[in-house]
Amino acid sequence: MDDARIEAIVQAVLAELGKETSAPRPSAAPAPAPTSPPAGDLVIDLPDPTRPEARRALGVAQPFNAEGLRNLCATTTARLGVGRAGPRPKTRSLLLFQADHGVTQDAIYSEVAEEVKARFQLFTVQTQVQDRGQYLLRPDLGRKLSDEARRTINERCAKGPQVQIVIGDGLSAAAVANNLAQIYPVIEQGLKAAGIRTGTPFFVRFARVGVINDINEIVGADLVLLLIGERPGLGVADALSAYMGYRPGPGKTDAHRDVICMITNNGGINPLEAGAYVVELIKKTLEFQASGVELKLKTAGK
Amino acid sequence: MLLRTKLFGKAYEFSGIKELLAKANEEKSGDRQAGIAAASVAERMAAKHVLAEVTLEALRQHPAVPYDEDEVTRVIDDAVNETIYSEIKGWTVGECREWLLADTTSGEMIRRISNGLTAEMVAAVTKLMSNLDLMLAASKIRVTAHCANTIGLPGTLASRNQPNHPTDAAAGIRATLYEGLSFGSGDSVIGINPADDSLGNVMRLLEMTHEIIVKWEIPTQNCLLAHVTTQMEALRRGAPVGLVFQSIAGSQKGNEAFGVDVGMLDEAYALARKHCFTAGPNYMYFETGQGSELSADAHHGADQLVMEARCYGLAKRYHPFQVNTVVGFIGPEYLYDSVQITRAGLEDHFMGKLTGIPMGVDACYTNHARATQNDIENLAVLLTAAGCNYFMGVPMGDDVMLSYQCTSYHDAPSLRQLMGLRPLPEFECWMEGLGLMKNGRLTEKAGDASFFLQR
Repeated sequence: MDDARIEAIVQAVLAELGKETSAPRPSAAPAPAPTSPPAGDLVIDLPDPTRPEARRALGVAQPFNAEGLRNLCATTTARLGVGRAGPRPKTRSLLLFQADHGVTQDAIYSEVAEEVKARFQLFTVQTQVQDRGQYLLRPDLGRKLSDEARRTINERCAKGPQVQIVIGDGLSAAAVANNLAQIYPVIEQGLKAAGIRTGTPFFVRFARVGVINDINEIVGADLVLLLIGERPGLGVADALSAYMGYRPGPGKTDAHRDVICMITNNGGINPLEAGAYVVELIKKTLEFQASGVELKLKTAGK
Repeated sequence: MLLRTKLFGKAYEFSGIKELLAKANEEKSGDRQAGIAAASVAERMAAKHVLAEVTLEALRQHPAVPYDEDEVTRVIDDAVNETIYSEIKGWTVGECREWLLADTTSGEMIRRISNGLTAEMVAAVTKLMSNLDLMLAASKIRVTAHCANTIGLPGTLASRNQPNHPTDAAAGIRATLYEGLSFGSGDSVIGINPADDSLGNVMRLLEMTHEIIVKWEIPTQNCLLAHVTTQMEALRRGAPVGLVFQSIAGSQKGNEAFGVDVGMLDEAYALARKHCFTAGPNYMYFETGQGSELSADAHHGADQLVMEARCYGLAKRYHPFQVNTVVGFIGPEYLYDSVQITRAGLEDHFMGKLTGIPMGVDACYTNHARATQNDIENLAVLLTAAGCNYFMGVPMGDDVMLSYQCTSYHDAPSLRQLMGLRPLPEFECWMEGLGLMKNGRLTEKAGDASFFLQR
């Protein structure tokens, strides 16, 4: 991948959007300076315990070797040096763990808000899944469009575009809510600048990646791009994946697709940069008329 | 064959043993996904009523996959002790349940009967047992094994130290391993799931963990949970292997999906006995889990409990040091929520014990299952009461390589304290010698990874 070209795309898009050039990072602002409260008034005003430096604070009261313990902790993302209360975890590490798990549950069981979709004029269709419980139980139904979805897509979508963009909730509504506003314009502008014709974008509720096969039976695009929420990891609940397939259709699997994953401002590829990668990969896919394993073989042979 | 009953005035009929077993199974999303679960709770209860009257002989005659078609069936059936089997073949499944629970039935008696059972019998009786039945019966059965130390003794609870790292960085694995040791985790095994399955990497991590075992004179065994063929090559090249690991399934086709067969496992077992640095005689470590056969389309129309019991029958062939189900790892389309995960954990543990293997449990869940860490702590308490041999230990229950949650380094000492249990005896001596433990409790020095920076 040509870093200079990606940087150029990002800069161009950002200039157009009139934004700052530095990618926004998760709020790492220092805690507000404590002000002395009036006597007797209970004031609890906490800094965010999920900041990296807060996560790294040692929980062992009197370590054998404090500097050594800090060095050990720095070697891994595992939760080391947390100490104990009797044989149990300390309060801070217990609550942090529960918060990290809690945010994954909120991401899985919440819905993508209408205003997130409205911003890019996305209409909504649904797979054959009826509710979130069934979505988790029946991955096969999340790969198939409902009859109504087929009709709606057929009525509203331009046919035969070079690229069909689809957004899906997947296993994280937060992934779409937190990243779409940044990644989508980069992709849209990047494709436009490259003279690539896009179709009518839309949103799929209860989507699994395989639904792009069904979608392309209707729209007949050269490439379908699906931006979909990943299964939340502990503490990283808003990672988005971008799946791309060249002429997807019945029987096509992950072997026929390319993916850019871990798109998030929380310790992954930031969405602006990821958008530029997506554009580059789309150009390559269209040039070689192949995706997945086949694309790797073709580009290796070049 | 006629298999039918009336229940609340309604007639229910079942076409065969396999269908009967599936419909008698407790609710599992995987069986529903496979389209073999009972359509209603009443139908499930009707199936259980009929199953209670089925003889053990009928179950032997109708394995989930025919003898001629499946080597797992052959392994299990060929291992049946015919003398013991002839004593019990006339028992019904309902009678078998009552015999297991009877005050006059000891653990020794159950261990003997184990050798006359097939997996379908083990699964069948499990389906008739409540959760407390499963705990009580399992608590009678002690299966001990020896490698570098002794696992499964009454009054003990062991912990696998699982110091995984997203990129297998040696420094990160070592730091995590130290943290776990300082909490008393590692008596079952120091077992790493490598991110990179290559021979070079596996050999490097075997050397690294062995070096720590030697330097600190830890009475335990190491294991790299790579594919068995990688470990076999490492053994041939002289790498220090404590236990040889493989994931297994309950059908030949399921094992094909894991890239193994009985011949290959036989060879691995022979190599382990020839080359492992540990004392033995138990050298093997297996992991299983309900639903893995269905996910490989290798369940042959049988329910996931029956297929799981068959894993244990296969494992028994290799006199393993330890076997554990990874009970909530597979996801909600097989075990939907904490109710199903809890039930499956208790079932698997009991079935392993009844089969006659030293059984532990990876009590765990993924973020898209309807479960929390509290549910896993509950399950661990239930299993400890049931006499489970060991659990996993990972930092705060958060495995940063496998991206799932299981039991924390804190949990083994907590469970030991709660239930009056000790680490494995050799390991407790070692902890006491270092001053990390006294009278079965952690000392003020414990829970500090930097303790192990001294040497």
